[in-house]
Amino acid sequence: MGIADITFYVFATTLVAAALLVVVARNPVHSVLWLILAFLSAAGLFVLLGAEFVAMLLIIVYVGAVAVLFLFVVMMLDVDFAALKAEMVRYIPLAGLIGIVLLMQLALVYGTWVYSEGIDQHLGSPIPPLHEVHNTRAIGLILYDRYVLPFQLSGLILLIAMVGAILLTLRHRQDVKRQNILTQIYRDPAKAMELRDVKPGQGLRR
Amino acid sequence: MIGADLGILIPEIVLSLYALGGLLVAVYISGDRLAGTLTQVTAALFVVMALYIGVTPDGTRDAFGGMVIDDGFARFAKIMILLSTAAVLLISQDFMAKSDLLRFEYPMLIALATVGMMMMVSSGDLIVLYMGLELQSLSLYVIAALRRESVRSTEAGLKYFILGALSSGLLLYGASLVYGYAGTTLFSGIIAAAGDGKVELGLLFGLVFLLAGLAFKVSAAPFHMWTPDVYEGAPTPVTAVFATAPKVAAMVLFARVVHDAFGGVVGDWQQVVAFLAVGSMFLGAIAAIGQTDIKRLMAYSSISHMGFALMGLSAGTEQGVSAMLIYMAIYVTMNIGTFAFILSMEKDGRHVTGISSLNNFALKEPMKALALLILMFSLAGVPPLVGFFGKYAVLLAAVDAGLVWLAVAGVIASVIGAFYYLRIVYFMYFGTNEDGLDGQMNVLPWVGLMASAGIMLLGVLNLFGIDGLAQAAAATLIR
Repeated sequence: MGIADITFYVFATTLVAAALLVVVARNPVHSVLWLILAFLSAAGLFVLLGAEFVAMLLIIVYVGAVAVLFLFVVMMLDVDFAALKAEMVRYIPLAGLIGIVLLMQLALVYGTWVYSEGIDQHLGSPIPPLHEVHNTRAIGLILYDRYVLPFQLSGLILLIAMVGAILLTLRHRQDVKRQNILTQIYRDPAKAMELRDVKPGQGLRR
Repeated sequence: MIGADLGILIPEIVLSLYALGGLLVAVYISGDRLAGTLTQVTAALFVVMALYIGVTPDGTRDAFGGMVIDDGFARFAKIMILLSTAAVLLISQDFMAKSDLLRFEYPMLIALATVGMMMMVSSGDLIVLYMGLELQSLSLYVIAALRRESVRSTEAGLKYFILGALSSGLLLYGASLVYGYAGTTLFSGIIAAAGDGKVELGLLFGLVFLLAGLAFKVSAAPFHMWTPDVYEGAPTPVTAVFATAPKVAAMVLFARVVHDAFGGVVGDWQQVVAFLAVGSMFLGAIAAIGQTDIKRLMAYSSISHMGFALMGLSAGTEQGVSAMLIYMAIYVTMNIGTFAFILSMEKDGRHVTGISSLNNFALKEPMKALALLILMFSLAGVPPLVGFFGKYAVLLAAVDAGLVWLAVAGVIASVIGAFYYLRIVYFMYFGTNEDGLDGQMNVLPWVGLMASAGIMLLGVLNLFGIDGLAQAAAATLIR
């Protein structure tokens, strides 16, 4: 067993164990931390496959952004996960049924899956051979050339998501005091403060 | 190369850039004060783009290696989408302003949704199909929840979003199975892989899931559950949008997928589509009987109409596709008129949607009542009106394709469905004396209502030539 095999098994067992712990951990914060570990192990598997670009994406996007976002959500919204888990027991029969359906579909794929006849010419075609072109470059070449239209459309979709989030949540409330930085900057110290000499027994009179 | 590709997409690019620019301008300059102007400009731009698509030369062109197809079929659908969206924007502007919903994001989201619909109808690839679908759906989810202080509206948005996500999941699952079989996402590759008339099990699964996802988008039974709630909960102008252009886009996309990608295996999808058609026709006709809210009623009416359009499609022939296009064009015109009326339903200064508020409407407003009567008769498919010709075209296509049982079922469903359209007419003319509607109608909705009713009457002569155009468009799809 070579070093690559050993690394594979280390990453793979960590991944499966971490994924299991995501589901069974009692504390939701721990779940998110296990999820981060699962993502990292998956990234390790991608490196072993020679797809280091995807591995880095996984770390930057999933660990860096998504998992941290989850963590914030879990910590900030006080969701009662114990109650949610108690309800889960009720749905176990349904979950089991879906699991069986998924297993049958897997069996379909591995048992009787038939490919179309001319599939070979399609499968290799989008990217040049990997020993000629570095895989990051290969992804860039088809993403910004052949698939530039879906790429731009997905940009528009993200824009809609952003506009929608603002449209549905942002409201300008009138009755709150806001910090206005410009007025703070342009405040004149000479006018803001006034020194008075108060005579004893009289106080200030306007 | 890329220049020629982009040249095919000029309307989409112009609309996207317009939406981006409009958002920037509105954010930096004046916000919602500009919303009314932006709505009108958007509608005008839609009309200009429709004219542009109308005058560009015929012929089938493709871009990005076949991922985008620009043929007569797509152009017909695009013009229909652009014009109907422009009409809906114009008839609903007064209502939006009155009910304090006129945000500048609204016309921009509609513009982006329209870009999505235009991508859907000219997609030649599963990835572009999905991108167009999501672009359209995501914008519509947002505007369904536009009235965010109302529980009904937010519920409509959320329900539409969650069920829409589910249907996208079905569609993607089907797409991945199809890709797993064919090894390509291009329709031209899929039809080559599936073209020999024999469908492998995996591809069949993929096809069924793909059709289920699309059936959700056209709200065909049994994937219609979201429709009544979303139609009822969403603000009425948004409901008017839902009932027109997205339906056209989804139906045309349906036709494109089954013919461009699975045109070689008609028998395999024909039974699925026929099943969807029968289910939708009957469910829409029967479930609408008990409704008391006119928006819910229009939701069931749209389900039923989608069933008829699917019946045209299930014929699997060029005649069927052309019947479907005619049917959709007539359906959209009728719906614009009907919604122009619904938008003006007002009582004591508040928008009402109960059918009982139409009591004795004919005494107060004979002209409008007459126009609505024409539209209702046309929706029901009563013979002298244009709505009948749409139904006739799909029935004829089904009979010619040997689906006599389907045509018979369609006629029965149509008779059942006539009941609730006629009930509205009954309320208007013979209803009990009650405090009815008292709102005034603004100019644009009035024009919309009268023009739509007028088309239903005058179109009897030659359907304004729409049948010839639809035939030419259908001929480019089925090569």
